[in-house]
Amino acid sequence: MSLHTLQSMAATFRHGVHPPESKHATAGLGVRRMPYPSEIVLPMRQHTGSPARPIVSAGERVERGDKIAEATGWVSVPMHASAAGTVSALELCPHPDGSYAEAARIAVDPFSAQDQRRRILPEWSELTPKELVAAVREAGLVGLGGAAFPTHVKLTPPEDQPLDVLLLNGCECEPYLTTDHRTMVDFPERVLLGTRIMMRCLGVERCLIGIENNKPDAIEALRARLPDDLDLAVVGLSVKYPQGAEKMLIKAVLDREVPSGGLPMNVGAVVQNVASVATIAEVFETGLPLLERIVTVTGPGVAEPANLIVPVGTKIGDLLDACGGLRDDAREIVAGGPMMGIAQRSLEAPVLKGTSGIVVLTEEECRRRRRHPCIRCGSCLDACPVYLNPQLLGRLADKARYQEMNEHHLADCMLCGCCSYVCPSNIPLSQLFQLSKGALRRTQGAA
Amino acid sequence: MSTPGLLVSASPHLSARATTPAIMWNVVGSLVPVLCMAFYLFGISALLVTAAATAGALLPERIWGTKGSLGDGSAVITGVLLALTLPPGIPLWMAFTGGFFGIACGKLVFGGLGMNPFNPALLGRAFLQAAFPVALTTWPVPGGSWWSLKGDNLAWPLMTGHAPDAITAPTPLGLMKFEHQATSFAELFAGTTGGTLGETSACVILICGAYLAVRRFLEWRIPASILATVALLSALLFLVDAARYPSPLFMLGSGGLMLGAVYMATDMVTSPTTRAGCWIFGVGIGILVVIIRLWGGLAEGVMYAILLMNAAVPFINRWTQPRVFGTGKVEVRS
Repeated sequence: MSLHTLQSMAATFRHGVHPPESKHATAGLGVRRMPYPSEIVLPMRQHTGSPARPIVSAGERVERGDKIAEATGWVSVPMHASAAGTVSALELCPHPDGSYAEAARIAVDPFSAQDQRRRILPEWSELTPKELVAAVREAGLVGLGGAAFPTHVKLTPPEDQPLDVLLLNGCECEPYLTTDHRTMVDFPERVLLGTRIMMRCLGVERCLIGIENNKPDAIEALRARLPDDLDLAVVGLSVKYPQGAEKMLIKAVLDREVPSGGLPMNVGAVVQNVASVATIAEVFETGLPLLERIVTVTGPGVAEPANLIVPVGTKIGDLLDACGGLRDDAREIVAGGPMMGIAQRSLEAPVLKGTSGIVVLTEEECRRRRRHPCIRCGSCLDACPVYLNPQLLGRLADKARYQEMNEHHLADCMLCGCCSYVCPSNIPLSQLFQLSKGALRRTQGAA
Repeated sequence: MSTPGLLVSASPHLSARATTPAIMWNVVGSLVPVLCMAFYLFGISALLVTAAATAGALLPERIWGTKGSLGDGSAVITGVLLALTLPPGIPLWMAFTGGFFGIACGKLVFGGLGMNPFNPALLGRAFLQAAFPVALTTWPVPGGSWWSLKGDNLAWPLMTGHAPDAITAPTPLGLMKFEHQATSFAELFAGTTGGTLGETSACVILICGAYLAVRRFLEWRIPASILATVALLSALLFLVDAARYPSPLFMLGSGGLMLGAVYMATDMVTSPTTRAGCWIFGVGIGILVVIIRLWGGLAEGVMYAILLMNAAVPFINRWTQPRVFGTGKVEVRS
């Protein structure tokens, strides 16, 4: 039986695309620590929800792990200094999303050993689920897969919402990235301990870990350590983008369809990315809040691709220097994966809690930019994982007919980029949809 | 604060390999064997007619098309496909006019590539059939010297009259319709019968179409459903009354069905965008082909069948919109 048949037999969802995986450069590299940079930039807006509010002032000395900003609502988390040093300024700094955002600049103390200090967080085993959630929030934990949704919100489903399963997302379907992969291979115990903590918080009995079949070593590492006292299983999934999108993962593993406009909990599931789960375990092990994360720095434009443990707030330029710098033909620097990540205009922007990778592409890999007319080939319809009609939506977007786009379920578009990826005419469909969503929000906000 | 030299574009930052011009030129390339077959059967006339029709298609694209649209290859496809629907002996100026009309009135007036509702090559052909019915139904015999011209290739515009010694051969469909005489499937499949440049060898067209389908430049559901529908319907009729109705093999191999099913109906612009729509579209064409051929006034019905279904494409698209993920019958647990 050919590999292809085997893959098509594995659990998956309909549609989607198969971009080249390009993970070979870093898939086999164990994570290593990078040296502390001379400056850390910590934007207050690093997570989905309302930005944190700074509680330090310029000139103040901070130790590694000190809280420097507090949460400003339920969907918000505090921020902590990821290195010891002096707050040099609170000002607008380049944000990886392309804008400027309020941030704390910390001049890192070159003489500090950046030592582990005494625990800030309590031991997890002594805590009730409620106290666990409070500790998770205090640790500033968010989803590390990209959207950076505060973990404590996910761990607090409405009382009347029955949940029966926790899904761990180990798909890492974005090309190039190997952050989740290395987390599972290098820290399988942490993944499993984090799972235990999450299951206790949620009160669910069952957990399934979905991993794409191109990571057999990760599947093996977790299967070999599955604890006897938990109902836990690893599910191999076929390699297809966007297998790691929440709705697609739930469809593939549980064969449940999250209703349009709904959340995973509407079908009884909570989904969390494996790196985020491992970090839950890590913060309770060390007793320190979320201060660093694993980042894959890769792509043909980087001299020495690597999987690095990076202090949150490290500037992309410093991170690239730790990887031998850029090659001469580097053309586009993407924060996140190449399918949904954001191209950077400045190397001054920092790594955030949700930055899973820095991918440097050369002109050859970059998406073609010459646009041709739509020939109604229908490739985008066959690619869209939520079964929209991107061809029609694209035509409506070109004519600014946003209300009609709304009627054609624009809200269900998750901007995965499959349509733009396959479009032979290089029509920037997902960009058009992102702009249209923004335009719709503005009109709805005005009404 | 920006770093110079960096490209800042919206995600996704990768793209699949196929581009619109690549698809178009692949279609052109896949037509080369069909053209070779036409040359083999009809000699130099085949190439001259193709050149004239293609020149006719390119001229308006150059004049009124958007800048650089010649390079996307779509006008070349229209010209070559139109030529393949013409008899080898047609005056070259007519072939040129057909190509010109197809692109100018069949495509550019609607806004150019991607905007036209009807297949421009077939529209050009329909125009010629309405304007010059005699020239469009004069079929020289295949064979003879490769370097001698067929029929009236060099006739002057609007001059009437035939070359008096032209030998014409009826097409298999004409024989069937008007003389009730069938042609064997082997002959049809190999293509050694009278007919237009491209309606002769079913075999070559199938192979070329298969190449495009494998490269995913062609929606296989359309030819599959057309051919299956024609085969099924004509088999039914053949079983009912074998004396009156031709065999399904004859129906499949004769006339422009192969060329139409593989190359004309699959024009991405004028066929449905949904998979379900492609099946409906193909079945509709198949039914119309059988109806026109067996009960209509014309010997051949592929052209009108496709044009009629082209007109139905917006409705088919509307009916077959995919069900959006998470809508419809979804079980909500709460």
